[in-house]
Amino acid sequence: MTDAPLVLGIESSCDETGVGVVRGSTLLADAVASSVDEHARFGGVIPEVASRAHLEAMVPTIERACATAGVRLTDVDALAVTSGPGLAGALTVGVAAAKALALALGVPLYGVNHLAAHVAVDILEHGPLPEPSVALLASGGHSSLLFVTDVTADVRPLGQTIDDAAGEAFDKIARLLGLPFPGGPHVDRVAVDGDPAAVAFPRGLTARHDLERHRYDFSFSGLKTAVARWVERAEADGRTIPVADVAASFQEAVVDVLTRKAVAACVEHGAGHLLIGGGVAANSRLRALAEQRCLAAGIRLRVPRPGLCTDNGAMVAALGAQLVARGRPPSALDLVVDSSLPVTTVRVG
Amino acid sequence: MLLLALDTSGATVTAALHDGTSVIAERAVTNARRHAELLAPAIAAVLDDAGRDRTEITDIVVGVGPGPFTGLRVGVVTARVLGAALGVPVHGVCSLDGIAEDVSGTGDFLVATDARRREVYWAAYHRDADGAPPERRDGPHVSRPAEVPVAGRPVTGRGATLYPDDLGPAGEPFDVRAGALAALAARSLAGSGTAPTPVTLCSSEPMYLRRPDATPPGARKRVLT
Ligand SMILES: Nc1ncnc2c1ncn2[C@@H]1O[C@H](COP(=O)(O)OP(=O)(O)OP(=O)(O)O)[C@@H](O)[C@H]1O
Repeated sequence: MTDAPLVLGIESSCDETGVGVVRGSTLLADAVASSVDEHARFGGVIPEVASRAHLEAMVPTIERACATAGVRLTDVDALAVTSGPGLAGALTVGVAAAKALALALGVPLYGVNHLAAHVAVDILEHGPLPEPSVALLASGGHSSLLFVTDVTADVRPLGQTIDDAAGEAFDKIARLLGLPFPGGPHVDRVAVDGDPAAVAFPRGLTARHDLERHRYDFSFSGLKTAVARWVERAEADGRTIPVADVAASFQEAVVDVLTRKAVAACVEHGAGHLLIGGGVAANSRLRALAEQRCLAAGIRLRVPRPGLCTDNGAMVAALGAQLVARGRPPSALDLVVDSSLPVTTVRVG
Repeated sequence: MLLLALDTSGATVTAALHDGTSVIAERAVTNARRHAELLAPAIAAVLDDAGRDRTEITDIVVGVGPGPFTGLRVGVVTARVLGAALGVPVHGVCSLDGIAEDVSGTGDFLVATDARRREVYWAAYHRDADGAPPERRDGPHVSRPAEVPVAGRPVTGRGATLYPDDLGPAGEPFDVRAGALAALAARSLAGSGTAPTPVTLCSSEPMYLRRPDATPPGARKRVLT
């Protein structure tokens, strides 16, 4: 594989500055600098804080990735960068950095879609992606079901959240329960000691009439309100909040809907493989339930390790390497940032 | 010496090459919202115009503002990454100093640019004699136009065009030119500054002058009414 192209990928769509280096489908380095601690006291990502952090972290993270990979910048054959979707100001830092690298090194640059990169990253861990596959992406900013026939060219949205993203729901419920930001890992942790059946929280968009119009869509805002209502009632009644039970019951409601719809999408679209990505894919209950339901439906499940599920540069490099391998044309130097880039645009021309 | 200068602190995206003697190529495109799109092509264009190769660049000079944050960062990150990839030093220059460089005449004057939100970025300068570099004596600051201590001094830059009642009449130039930043930096690097305090190069740290807008969340909103 030493003659496969060496691709460096840059990710800056939210609060992680990620720089990854891959050769073909081999991961050589995945350097990430996160500004998450700076956002914690605000209970959410502050775009300007994230953008400033990207600027400070960019060159050191590029250098760290090259050092880890044992390559020099001048060895790089192609560059890839997230050009959307994400926070416009944050994306701008990464795109400008990638263009400067492309200019300095005289190599092609691929502006890529963040969601498609979340799918492509699994190639680094589990090899070529069987096509077609269904991908479930659940993070702080997205909750989507995608039908992937070619990760470099043909990714179609089957459904997405119509309000909050799954990770956002985890973060909001964590705050309600007095857990730190980002809340997903904490809810996951405390839920281990709770009873997932303690409270029957609603499963959004699963009623028969919703399934007609929103077969593969998600909704987590009603669930969030239901949990808030339950907690406030309990407080008003002077009861201590059974944090573990509430966390487990909330988590169960989220992962039940995510996995149920994902497996249905595989079955109904004849996809033999389900891939799960995004920060919420780190959730232990999501992994367990997905495994159980995929096994029952005869579907092969692919979930990258948690470090590759959250935002990182390796996923961008991985998609870039696929674009190079399939001979797709690079982007122009006047490539734009598109904060609401549709998932159907894998590569920005 | 082949110095590449760039600035994205205002509405104009500008790049220039300076060979130690003079500016040999310069480009400017005005579009306040498309810095990230326009800067790299502008750099490629000045190299092309001058018939020089990127590997010949010896120094990078970047206007570090003050200016609107997202645009400003495009220039700074571009300069830093180019510097790292080409293995050459990166020098920062206050963008208002670049405008001052282009102001003709002697005596005291101000430079004011658009800081949005009904404010301006400004600094006060003094030039001793014709041909001498201007010396920054105050600033940069961010203020409401009415709070700038004009004191009869002429004001140049977009800030004066935008707020003529407080700062006008506006004198030229209105925007920073990368060529002016390059000339200023070339002089400073050559150590031939003749002003009492020659304009100093600084780090490539952006001059934000404002903190990010962010307020810690208040008490939890109740859903039960
Ligand atoms: N174990 C977990 N269980 C549930 N949610 C989790 C877990 N670990 C992380 N999360 C959630 O994942 C989200 C972070 O995901 P990610 O790192 O992909 O970043 P993001 O900025 O939200 O990504 P994107 O830009 O793709 O939307 C947060 O909302 C976090 O609470």
